[in-house]
Amino acid sequence: MMRFSTLIKHPANWMTGGRESRGAVLTSRIRLARNLRGHSFPGWAKRGERAAALDLMRPAVEELAPMKNAFSQELGDLGPVQKQVLVERHLISRELAARGNGSAAVIERRQTFSLMLNEEDHLRMQAIRSGLQLSEAYEALSALDTELEDKLEFAFDAKLGYLTACPSNLGTGLRASAMLHLPGLVLSDKIGQVLQAVNKIGLAVRGIYGEGTESLGNLYQISNQSTLGESEETIIRRLERVISEVSMHEQNAREKLFEDDPEMVADKIGRAYGVLRHAHLIDSKEALTHLSLLRFGAILDFFNEDTVALCDTLLMDIQPAHLQLHTGTKLSPEERDSIRAEIVRSRLQSLDSPDNHSDKLEAKPESDSDNPGD
Amino acid sequence: MKCDFCDKKATVFLTQLVGGKMEKVCLCDGCAKERGVTDPTGFSLAEVLLGGAPGSPGPVPAGQVAVKTGGGKTCPSCGFSLEDLQRVRRFGCSDCYRTFSAEVGQMVQGMHKGTSHAGKVPEGLMGMQVRQQRIEELREQLEQAIASESYEEAAGIRDEIQNLTEAKA
Ligand SMILES: [Zn+2]
Ligand SMILES: [Zn+2]
Repeated sequence: MMRFSTLIKHPANWMTGGRESRGAVLTSRIRLARNLRGHSFPGWAKRGERAAALDLMRPAVEELAPMKNAFSQELGDLGPVQKQVLVERHLISRELAARGNGSAAVIERRQTFSLMLNEEDHLRMQAIRSGLQLSEAYEALSALDTELEDKLEFAFDAKLGYLTACPSNLGTGLRASAMLHLPGLVLSDKIGQVLQAVNKIGLAVRGIYGEGTESLGNLYQISNQSTLGESEETIIRRLERVISEVSMHEQNAREKLFEDDPEMVADKIGRAYGVLRHAHLIDSKEALTHLSLLRFGAILDFFNEDTVALCDTLLMDIQPAHLQLHTGTKLSPEERDSIRAEIVRSRLQSLDSPDNHSDKLEAKPESDSDNPGD
Repeated sequence: MKCDFCDKKATVFLTQLVGGKMEKVCLCDGCAKERGVTDPTGFSLAEVLLGGAPGSPGPVPAGQVAVKTGGGKTCPSCGFSLEDLQRVRRFGCSDCYRTFSAEVGQMVQGMHKGTSHAGKVPEGLMGMQVRQQRIEELREQLEQAIASESYEEAAGIRDEIQNLTEAKA
């Protein structure tokens, strides 16, 4: 069985996996909720019942072909920092992290699948892919689900579909979501209208840790809310269409912004570069804000193209538990800010100043052939 | 700024759109953790905040739907009661959906795009049985719809039957 340190040593497949780096979509995630027939839901089950359900599910899950040699642990056997790292990597939910023995996480080696056992539902299965790949992620996860059906009997009703602890997940038990990076729409003040349009279609949009429409790091998540009354394909197709449209708006906003106000764009990116390269104390909010702009700069060719992936990895690694894991000791917030700044500085050490790409200010960005980075 | 759920100092600020309106939810550390909202991409967010802040419009979370309590009815399989639902906002087991089918019917209305499942069905014998049962239900509904001359409804039911019959093949 895979050790925690081995699992976490490498960035997840979907963090680095060959995505179209200029796209606005960072990751796609699919979640399916399933429950066992004839067993109380985990939140209502007594300790012994929960353990019995786990004993039934865990071997079935571990036997799945893609889960060979997976990381598999009961939550009680994980330390608080380990749990938190898994949360920061989106591999388990906060709700699962709050649980102890009787609940387990089974995570595929490349971190593209993760299965939570005895979370709110008996089974919460998740697939993550880089970029906009909701259909692909769903196909893969659905295959896993189908394979499990041979071994486990899921609670299913002809009218209500898959039965879940909370009625908000009934039917397909499907939550499809994508994380988008939308600096162009935010900087050009168009984010509000775009998000409202998305919301009108019945999809949930949220910017997290932000005031007003400006989400910290310009990161937004779009997901379906309704799980009953439509097929998985319908839900996913609508999401993909909407997300593609938002990406297109983002693309247009970036181009327009750069055409209309190149000085402002260069100023923001230059400041972000300056802070990240030279700060010695940086909290996660400040780091997130500037890394978002640095990523934006990389997309606009202010930096070479690898910088996008560099930013994405850093966004993960600067989170509190990742820092604690990195140093192996418990850190006070001040120590975290210092170590965070140190990591950021060292990773960006060889990143060339955007001024060396200042020709960008005279020529507007055109195509991929117009790539200054090497 | 104060937490929307208690009076402690808010440290987590969330923005989401509910019914086309931008809404801000402020939570303290404790409430954020309790609701699982400190994970910026957590899937539980949608459920947690379906009701938004107190006093906000938006859809109502399951446990807060005003259901007439069915005279102390409890689920024969797990002992769950409607009073428990108000408290924990989740059901006790899958049989609860049969026990409280009337209340579930009320809840599901408006929560989702539809009231009957149109997605994946488990494969194998169980799936076959389930599908057959559903087709029979739908055939009855179809007859009723035709009898009451609700042709639009009938057409929809006919489509659903056809989908299920095709899926069987
Ligand atoms: Zn509070
Ligand atoms: Zn029950």
